Amino acid sequence: MTDQPLVSGPDPEIDEQALGALQDKGPMAPPRSQWRDVWDQFKRHKGAIFGGGFLIFITLFVLIGPYIWTLDAQKLDIRAKDMRPVWTLLWDGSANAAWAHPFGTDQLGRDLLATMIKGGRASMAVGWAAMILALLIGTFVGVVAGYFRRADFWLMRFTDLVLSLPILPLLLVAVTLFRQPLRANFGPETGMFILIVGVVGITSWMQTARIVRGDILALKEREFILAARSIGTKNSKIIRRHLLPNVISPITVSATLGLATAIITESALSFLGVGFPSDFPTWGKLLADAVLRMEQFPERVLLPGVAISLTVLSVNYLGDGLRDALDPRIRGR
Amino acid sequence: MKLKTLMLGAAASFAFAPMAMADGHEGERGRDGEVKILYWQAPSILNPFLSGGTKDIEASSLVLEPLARYDETGEMVPFLAVEVPTVANGGVSEDLTTITWKIKEGLTWSDGTPVTSADVKFTAEYCMHPEGGCAQGAFFDGVENVEAVDDQTVKVTFDQPKPNPYGPFVGGQSPIIQAAQFADCLGAKAPECTEANYNPIGTGPFKVADFKPNDVIQYEANENYREEGKPAFAQVTLKGGGDANSAGRAVLETGEFDYAWNLQLAPDVIAKMEAAGYGKAITGFGPLLERIEMNLTNPSPDLPPETRATVAEPHPILSDVKVRKALSMAIDRDLLTEVGYGQAGAPTCNLVPSPAIYASDNTDCLVQDIEGAKALLEDAGWTDSDGDGVRDKDGMKLSLLYQTSNNAVRQDFQALIKDWWSQIGVETELRNIDGSVFFGGDPGSPDTFQKFYADVEMYANTFNGTDPQQYLAAYRCGNEPKPSSQWQGENINRFCDPAYDAMIDELGRTGDLEERSALAKKMNDMLTKDTYTIVPLVNRARVSAHANSLGGVVLNVWDSELWNVGDWYRIE
Repeated sequence: MTDQPLVSGPDPEIDEQALGALQDKGPMAPPRSQWRDVWDQFKRHKGAIFGGGFLIFITLFVLIGPYIWTLDAQKLDIRAKDMRPVWTLLWDGSANAAWAHPFGTDQLGRDLLATMIKGGRASMAVGWAAMILALLIGTFVGVVAGYFRRADFWLMRFTDLVLSLPILPLLLVAVTLFRQPLRANFGPETGMFILIVGVVGITSWMQTARIVRGDILALKEREFILAARSIGTKNSKIIRRHLLPNVISPITVSATLGLATAIITESALSFLGVGFPSDFPTWGKLLADAVLRMEQFPERVLLPGVAISLTVLSVNYLGDGLRDALDPRIRGR
Repeated sequence: MKLKTLMLGAAASFAFAPMAMADGHEGERGRDGEVKILYWQAPSILNPFLSGGTKDIEASSLVLEPLARYDETGEMVPFLAVEVPTVANGGVSEDLTTITWKIKEGLTWSDGTPVTSADVKFTAEYCMHPEGGCAQGAFFDGVENVEAVDDQTVKVTFDQPKPNPYGPFVGGQSPIIQAAQFADCLGAKAPECTEANYNPIGTGPFKVADFKPNDVIQYEANENYREEGKPAFAQVTLKGGGDANSAGRAVLETGEFDYAWNLQLAPDVIAKMEAAGYGKAITGFGPLLERIEMNLTNPSPDLPPETRATVAEPHPILSDVKVRKALSMAIDRDLLTEVGYGQAGAPTCNLVPSPAIYASDNTDCLVQDIEGAKALLEDAGWTDSDGDGVRDKDGMKLSLLYQTSNNAVRQDFQALIKDWWSQIGVETELRNIDGSVFFGGDPGSPDTFQKFYADVEMYANTFNGTDPQQYLAAYRCGNEPKPSSQWQGENINRFCDPAYDAMIDELGRTGDLEERSALAKKMNDMLTKDTYTIVPLVNRARVSAHANSLGGVVLNVWDSELWNVGDWYRIE
């Protein structure tokens, strides 16, 4: 640019600027939608990008996996038992491993990749469904308790009551009471899925409810709510347009924790023998079953363990990134 | 014949006794310090009359001793008695209605007072008290009277001839307690005597120093123990809790403990632990049998609770013996044993796999026959008419609910058996239940093995001592768990056959050992290969582990595992 000749004559821009402060300047940048801002902010959070990516990957892994890796997860092949994953061949040429079973097999010859896929389906489904159920209940109770003063006392005492219930014994009682009718109506696997999702959801909404209530209590005294109310906005509209978007960040955080809790509670139930039938794989159960042979076959513990940890971690990061992106005060900083 | 065997056994044990003494190690009492024992089920009481739990009975067997007990070969050896009474030595009357025991001279309790026949008499009174819920009441079945003839002699009279009079005061489950200590604990007051129940005074090699229920027991050597120079250990610490896996590790892999009880772990798991070199696993075969029980009654949840799983409702599928036989034929017992127990198991087709004189020669089931099983099901009218891989008949699917307790080995068995059954067109739903619920016997729980709200179930069971009479008598008509008996009863399958009942009665009257053996074998065959009511899978060994530095351990499957703890010593 330096060798370009200077433009002669008066510069129109300088001219206009010279007209002074009265001139209303046009927007510096083209208008942007709110969601584009959110996305830009979200992109800057490396963890969130990783988390979202992994979550998409693992979801595709369990959803599409069975169509690509078509071995039956429950098929026993006792001749091919105790195979190691293929990567052990890297340092141990004599290891019992083959590409027919890339992750190896368990003590009864079930293919570990297939069980991981099938187990992931169950674990993810339980985790998501229970988390969503808990969020819905928790947010509803929290908003109602925080917004309507009359309901506050009773709802919060009820929350305390549920919070003080020991969850595992409650689960055992629920399983004893409802297993039979659910099994008769939906079959052993779907019935147990409904039961576990229901019970985990019903016993883990309390933290969300408390957090949401606290935030709502603070928010509803703010000026913008007063303004909304002064122009005659209905309660339901205030909650939907003004309160809920502002409590989205604590909700996402408790959602991430809820997903982890649900996956882990499911595995605890399976471990106690009140969960899914023993030949129905879930990540938690694969992990529990493999502990006995942890030293000889560390991959059987590591694979489901890492899958659970990474899923939970990625949801956590995703939640973190979403919170930053959705909060207009943090956005842009 | 039987009496002769017993005599020989007694003689043999006397002959071997000096040899056992000579086994390496002699010296003063308490020279070897402390021995640490690990039971992964924690003892909660030290009175075997108030607990049916093996853990409690074995923990108390360090302190309390019977008049005679079984050694590792299943022979009876005198402990507090001078000798085992038989008809030949006059201890048992000719008509088999009385047995007279003589107690050793100069025996004392750990508090220094003498052991007399009054203590033995009191023990019987304690357990037979009508208001007391004595857990070992079966040992005193048919006892009419226990009488102290003199200070050292006690005579037990039965209400009818008893071919096997060695119930009361024999074996770890029926030891002698001190009359002075338990005098105020009769009947309904028995459970209230906490001090006595937690700290019984005994004649054994050790006495209780400190007992924390459900946690840990400290014993110290009994200074009044009858054998000079024993026990070699001054203290025993018996720690309870954990699981079989961690118990195995503590002895075999890290060497923190000297002895671990009952390691029901897969063979490759134990072998891996042993490789660490701190100790070794020991096995002993008794009559412990892993089996599948067929439910002969209908457990359908549609039935009202009064008739569900009771004899009023026969099972719609399993009432047909052909189906039961086909299910048994489809099982490969060799493979099950290899996967689940290795050296600690043997495939079997018998309900009474040992002792040898009672074991039937029935081996039909050992060969897996999938095709034969399919043919049998076809023959019984079960065909796959809709082509979904599951057989059906009259609109009913051949689908079974198969339950067992939580245990890695059992879940492997379930998976394998489900696979075989699916090959013959039987659909199986698996269910596993926490052991404390499954075996808990709570009549309010739907998940106990007695209630049997499933079509088939798998567990292990055994009998005490060497005589299977009581064990076989369990399958009597009317002895099944049912609502009117609070779901208590030993006839789990709800088996009922008058011909079988007649044989039970005959066995109760037969004294001749050969006749008894023939009869018992016939009864065993009736329950297994004739009707497939019980489908035996694996005869399991008792597996325990001890440190390499612990000597004198003799695994005993017929009595308490700690039966000879007084002979244990430290190998330097």
